[in-house]
Amino acid sequence: MTTPSPKSILVPEIPRGETIAAPHYAHINQLLVLDELTGLCGGNSVERKIYIPLNKTAPCVRLLNATHQIGCHSSISGDTGVIHVVEKEEDLQWVLTDGPNPPYMVLLEGALFTRKVMEKLKGSTSRIAGLAVSLAKPSPAAGFSPSVQCPNDGFGLYSNSYGPEFAHCRDIQWNYLGDGLAYEDFSFPIFLLEDENETNVIKQCYRDHNLSQNGSAPVFPLCAMQLFSHMHAVLSTVTCMRRSSIQSTFSINPEIVCDPLSDYNVWSMLKPINTSGTLEPDDKVVVVATQLDSRSFFWNVAPGAESAVASFVTQLAAAEALYKAPDVATLPRNVMFVFFQGETFDYIGSSRMVYDMERGKFPVQLENIDSFVELRQVALRESLELWMHTDPVSQKNKSVQSQVEHLLTALEESGAGVPTVILRRLNQSQPLPPSSLQRFLRARNISGVVLTDHATVFHNRYYHSIYDTAENINVSYPGQQSPEEDLDFVTDTAKALADVATVLGRALYQLAGGTNFRDTIQADPHTVTRLLYGFLVRANNSWFQSILRQDLRSYLGDQGPLQHYIAVSSPTNTTYVVQYALANLTGKVVDLTREQCQDPSKVPSENKDLYEYMWVQGPLNSNGTERLPYCVRSTARLVRAVSPAFELGQWGSTEYSTWTESRWKDIRARIFLIASKELELITLAVGFGVLVCSLVITYCINAKADVLFIAPREPGSVSF
Amino acid sequence: MTAAVFFGCAFIAFGPALALYIFTIATDPLRIIFLIVGAFFWLISLLLSSLVWFVARAITDNRDGPIEKYLLIFGVLVSVLIQEMFRFAYYRLLKKANEGLKTINPDEPAPSMRLLAYVSGLGFGIMSGVFSFVNTLSDSLGPGTVGIHGDSPYFFLNSAFMTQVIILLHMFWGIIFFDGCEKKNWYPLLAVILTHLLVSALTFLNPQYEISLVSAYMIMVLTGIWAFFVAGGSRRSLKRYLLCQDKNFLLYSQRSR
Repeated sequence: MTTPSPKSILVPEIPRGETIAAPHYAHINQLLVLDELTGLCGGNSVERKIYIPLNKTAPCVRLLNATHQIGCHSSISGDTGVIHVVEKEEDLQWVLTDGPNPPYMVLLEGALFTRKVMEKLKGSTSRIAGLAVSLAKPSPAAGFSPSVQCPNDGFGLYSNSYGPEFAHCRDIQWNYLGDGLAYEDFSFPIFLLEDENETNVIKQCYRDHNLSQNGSAPVFPLCAMQLFSHMHAVLSTVTCMRRSSIQSTFSINPEIVCDPLSDYNVWSMLKPINTSGTLEPDDKVVVVATQLDSRSFFWNVAPGAESAVASFVTQLAAAEALYKAPDVATLPRNVMFVFFQGETFDYIGSSRMVYDMERGKFPVQLENIDSFVELRQVALRESLELWMHTDPVSQKNKSVQSQVEHLLTALEESGAGVPTVILRRLNQSQPLPPSSLQRFLRARNISGVVLTDHATVFHNRYYHSIYDTAENINVSYPGQQSPEEDLDFVTDTAKALADVATVLGRALYQLAGGTNFRDTIQADPHTVTRLLYGFLVRANNSWFQSILRQDLRSYLGDQGPLQHYIAVSSPTNTTYVVQYALANLTGKVVDLTREQCQDPSKVPSENKDLYEYMWVQGPLNSNGTERLPYCVRSTARLVRAVSPAFELGQWGSTEYSTWTESRWKDIRARIFLIASKELELITLAVGFGVLVCSLVITYCINAKADVLFIAPREPGSVSF
Repeated sequence: MTAAVFFGCAFIAFGPALALYIFTIATDPLRIIFLIVGAFFWLISLLLSSLVWFVARAITDNRDGPIEKYLLIFGVLVSVLIQEMFRFAYYRLLKKANEGLKTINPDEPAPSMRLLAYVSGLGFGIMSGVFSFVNTLSDSLGPGTVGIHGDSPYFFLNSAFMTQVIILLHMFWGIIFFDGCEKKNWYPLLAVILTHLLVSALTFLNPQYEISLVSAYMIMVLTGIWAFFVAGGSRRSLKRYLLCQDKNFLLYSQRSR
């Protein structure tokens, strides 16, 4: 969206797509005072004179759980308000009390998007039509986290019946900067303005029309904004799922109002197993887990650099390093790499996996789990320290304690060979941070450890916010490089994460029973940096393009990073890319044709139960015109991650996640000028006046038409 | 700009036409038919001029720049000529139909050519007004008004008044045109075409609404006076009408001489 220039150029505008009505005569609406508006889709010429659509925005939508609704919504025909730019807190006075033309649409600076300001706005909803937040550049120095201080409270391990001293984060408030804004319910729409140019257009319109001279009321026409984000679901998951199920049972054209948040977990095994059955109880598996998703206040904006991306990139690099070990096939125990989706919303992925394991629906069962290592937020290590968290309550059991001790020792021995990572143990009486391990411990006492960069509270000052970007974990690239050069540039963060991956890989090797080649396992910083670049800076790069299937090309977007929100349509971009990256890093290229790769049951040497076969695009050939596709055989698979509450129909469950997302029809934003009420009423009065006058005059003329208009006389009828 | 502006502008633009329709056309079914056929003829003329426009645009490859302005002027010229051509065509059709009308309804007298001129002019005007203004009207229902890019905020009001002028002008042109054709006098036809071109050219002056709108209203008043005289009015009949005397007064005043 370009800024309208103050001096307009008189250029005739031909209404696009209106060939029939266009030139009957040069009517006013054909001749436009145009500036650099080019190629706008939709909308006739008059509409384009009135409205400027805001295209690069992100809405805040309504999410529901078993008992509450959170988020924002607008009325069905959008909410309109006079724009007021709030750059410091004193400007709020105009909106809340002084301004003469309520309701106002507040344009808030990113740094002011705090709980204090939002409480004030929430308190006077009759004067606020909506809120538009501009992205703060640079990120707020004091930190910003709209998440709660105790993430996933009530769905983890600690409750009033198990470890009550740790329940509800009594011991440690993990996300100490959290103000809980994302879990509040707002009755007005809130949008994020992602593009600085659009924000400048709005501010220019405000400066041109809305500023008052010397404290008097500003003169109409005023600049206004309209936000559309009407949500269909209300109250809670119980209500909206009940309404949706009634619709689908009785209606021919069912109107579903909400969808459960769901997606797929990605998992793979070091040694291939038969997925059509389950493992023997004697087969032991070391599980290494991490999470794939993140969130923020706004819909589908979830850069999640520290909260998700750094950890799963580390795990991918560790997987690549471990698979390269020579004696992988003879290790006594197997290793399962799993990437859980939906952990942000009360552990959707991990609770589903535990549920499936308990019922034998998953090849690996709970009794097969030997030990559990989880990676959580590892990118902001201070003084090279990596902390190992364990659960104090389950270690009251002596056998569990000795297993955990064995686990920690293995980690420390593996870490000894990597001087840039210092593994530290914790005080025994500290609870586990929010992690998928908590869901596994709810089901069975297994020995597990969670690796993080923080000892007590999070080091991440932008947890689950729009500012948790590459900048937050110090991933920066020198300017003036092409995207391909940036892709291969190894940042310091990449080296640090590669060291963590090396430690993890070696520890897994040792836990799996390997002895000989532990110190040869080394994670490749080049892989780590390419993954970080793809997930945090620009997904549409040559490496990601080459490892994906052809029909998934569009999932990489155009420019910009991937967003790691779980969403309701599955699988999401992140899930697919992680699965294919895992396949590329840990799988093998096999010499099959495309048809054989897509249906390997015909090939005698290949087994569909043991492996997953993917036909990927491959790199561009030397001319740059065609791709060289090939078949990859790996054990990287997807498994459904829907909360068990929806499988069981227990929409009000307090045991499993019940998060759903509302449906909507129309989400958009636009700015325009509004005229004063007086002018509108004058127009209506003039219209009525014209109508009444014409009726009166026409009646009078018609009644005496024979007097006024003498008919031409026939010859011979002259009367004199 | 909300419902108030929508209704206000709709009444301004279509108020006179509605009043004329209610009191003069709606009473007689034959007049309704002639009105609608007139409107249809105008629509056909617009279709033809759109075709010409489309071809012209395709030839110039949809380029932007000064050629657009010349193309617009050319389009307007062609459109006005085609509209007047179709007015003439409608006249010929009515002439031929007159014979047939006499046989359909032998009891009632057939409508005079003067009446048909008025009805056809009104039909042209109503359709032209609807076509040019309905799109703008529908946008006036929304919450915004014109002006964010620097255009005049009185866009809707001025469009409404312009549409009203055009509708009335079409009616007057119809009367004058048909009368010229009846009397085989070509100067009125030429005058009609020239004033039509003039009024269309005036709209190129927008957004200097004062000049274009005031000039259009002046032209409308002048054309209206001419049409009044052509339709059978005279200063004497006007005086009689205003003094509330009826038509027999002429005979009475003559008899008493």
